[in-house]
Amino acid sequence: MMSAFCAALPDPGACGGTPPLKWTSRDQERKPEPMLEITNLHASVGDRPILKGIDLTVHAGQVHAIMGPNGSGKSTLSYILAGREGYTITEGSVTLDGRDLLTQSPEERAAAGVFLAFQYPVEIPGVSNATFLKAALNGVRRRRGEKELDAMEFLKLTRTKCRQLGMTDEMLKRAVNVGFSGGEKKRNEVLQMALLDPRLAVLDETDSGLDIDALRIVSDGVNALRGPDRAMLVITHYQRLLDHIVPDRVHVLAHGRIQRSGGKELALELEARGYAEFGADEAA
Amino acid sequence: MTLNAEDHSHLTPGPPWLEALRTEGRCHFAQLGLPTPRQEAWRFTNLAPLTQPRWQIAPPASAALNPGPLPSVVPADHPPSYRLVFVNGYWRPDLSSTSGMPNGMVLTGLAAALIDHADLIEAHLGRLARADTQALVALNTGLLASGALLVLPPGLMLERPVEVVMIGTGGESDPPLAWHPRLLVVAGAGSRATLIEHHLSQTHHQNCANLVTELFLGAGAQMRHYKTQRENPASFHLATTSGRLDRDASYEGFLLTTGGRLSRNEVRLVLDGPGATATLNGAYLVRGQQHCDTTTLIDHATPGGTSSQLFKGVLDDEAWAVFQGRVLVRPGAQRTDGQQLHRALLLSDRARIDAKPELEIHADDVKCGHGATVGDLDDDALFYLRARGIDRDAARSLLIAAFITETIARITDPVVAAAFESLADGWLTPG
Ligand SMILES: Nc1ncnc2c1ncn2[C@@H]1O[C@H](COP(=O)(O)OP(=O)(O)O)[C@@H](O)[C@H]1O
Ligand SMILES: [Mg+2]
Repeated sequence: MMSAFCAALPDPGACGGTPPLKWTSRDQERKPEPMLEITNLHASVGDRPILKGIDLTVHAGQVHAIMGPNGSGKSTLSYILAGREGYTITEGSVTLDGRDLLTQSPEERAAAGVFLAFQYPVEIPGVSNATFLKAALNGVRRRRGEKELDAMEFLKLTRTKCRQLGMTDEMLKRAVNVGFSGGEKKRNEVLQMALLDPRLAVLDETDSGLDIDALRIVSDGVNALRGPDRAMLVITHYQRLLDHIVPDRVHVLAHGRIQRSGGKELALELEARGYAEFGADEAA
Repeated sequence: MTLNAEDHSHLTPGPPWLEALRTEGRCHFAQLGLPTPRQEAWRFTNLAPLTQPRWQIAPPASAALNPGPLPSVVPADHPPSYRLVFVNGYWRPDLSSTSGMPNGMVLTGLAAALIDHADLIEAHLGRLARADTQALVALNTGLLASGALLVLPPGLMLERPVEVVMIGTGGESDPPLAWHPRLLVVAGAGSRATLIEHHLSQTHHQNCANLVTELFLGAGAQMRHYKTQRENPASFHLATTSGRLDRDASYEGFLLTTGGRLSRNEVRLVLDGPGATATLNGAYLVRGQQHCDTTTLIDHATPGGTSSQLFKGVLDDEAWAVFQGRVLVRPGAQRTDGQQLHRALLLSDRARIDAKPELEIHADDVKCGHGATVGDLDDDALFYLRARGIDRDAARSLLIAAFITETIARITDPVVAAAFESLADGWLTPG
């Protein structure tokens, strides 16, 4: 039954509309050291176990997709990688470039190269986007032992990146994410990613709330950041984002565990059949 | 000696009406005594710690003290303010600068003003501040020895701001010092001015300022009145302000409190002419054992008045803040618009806030609203900032500054807004 399903898939190379990649996964085979290594990760909120033994290895240059039904623990995993409080790690480990991640503060992880593009970017009234971006950039640069940027250097760099993402200067003056449309919020996330130059980018449902044009702009922005020294974890419920950001590997997360892993064609399979076979209790 | 009105030997005898006023003040204080938490208006602020130190009135010898650099909100490249300086309660003409005042304007020490402006002072002093019911006003009146007089003739549009600077100072061996200054402001019809008060300490010496301010705003007068109190954390600051707004007058007040062991700002504004507008905003940032009380009464006595208040407070450690805001709309004060909002941010679960907003409405055609909120820092926002590489402390400071900004941004004088913003930032990054 499985093979019959696979046979019906279109030639993966012919997937409609896939932008040409600047980088292909073949090159990373020269670098056997894993960048992100998640081993047997168990995590709870209060008494409630949410992640129940996650194993995942991502190498530099790779893009991995994590797909799964609502409530399967995708955001939980991404928050744990970024260091949010409120989760108890009951078992397992996470390392980035061989260094333990779980003992680091969120700001240490940011400097080490973890970047989480939030599913719901937070609105911060009273703090201008420019103030926020400059504090973030210089915070990370200071920890990385790099020279901090002065106001002029910062503005020049940010303006260039903004233009690439179709963002206006006016969005720099506004309070962080306050009154931003869904598309503007996600573009703002990609702008932050471009400025902070992460090792590992975790994109949590970056496609949610985007129309097709916004989706293209955001994905182009993300694709432009693919490179041999960077890895990405693209978390999504739907396959359509993966038409734009084509992954090297796809993992299915359900009930707090990775149930299956495969190539990008696995995403199409899930799109066609839903998550029912993984016992998803959601209606979708 | 404790804080009382018995010892008034330091007072220079004044004209008979002033002596009568002082005697009356001392009598009232003898009857009233210091306020206690048994009184509704003082429920949350206990002045008992005020009775511990053996307060003395600063000796006139201290009139030679050098108070160090004098603060000003005015940047160096702007025309300077007219500035009155007080050290330990005494007016210091040698440190003050009032040259270039327009015709008819008066800005001088109150005692000195008795010579030339006795009639005007007699006609206004004690007419708004109530010595018969307010104990601290009674004490101030009974011991009235110094203060400032600001008179704006009708129609005067004052360009340069007026700054009143009150500095406390003292050495290790000096006793705790108390002073009772009076600020008397008479703004003629159609006049306009900006008045800034600075209250600060030069040293760690313990002081008690018991300040009374009376503000008379004539028809159409526009007064911007901004105050920063940043005294040391051993000192007491008690300030009672009474203002009366005539027809179409407008008052914009701002209270920035970061200092003092115990501070109270009690402000009463009477909208006493149709179309008067009172704006009273403030921010307080307190930590340690500080106690900070803001008590306001906006009294809409006439129709068509507008009042708005936005107070924001930040409390850390074991600080305790009190906000009592009362908006009173008297019978006949139709078409009143009275708004009031108090928001507090608690940075510690040992901090305490008592907020008591009150509306008392005796007219039917009014638009009034009030609200009070207490919260802590938004964890989601904090995590978002930290996940972007901003240190925890820097992220907290950003969020606290963002919280306070909303009220400081309402200061319509941009120079003062910038100065107050940086005072608030200074609190966030001490040392
Ligand atoms: N802070 C929390 N408190 C309680 N339950 C939580 C919390 N965060 C997540 N959960 C639960 O954990 C499960 C996984 O949530 P989440 O990681 O947000 O899923 P996804 O992103 O895959 O939709 C859900 O059942 C959710 O209700
Ligand atoms: Mg999610």
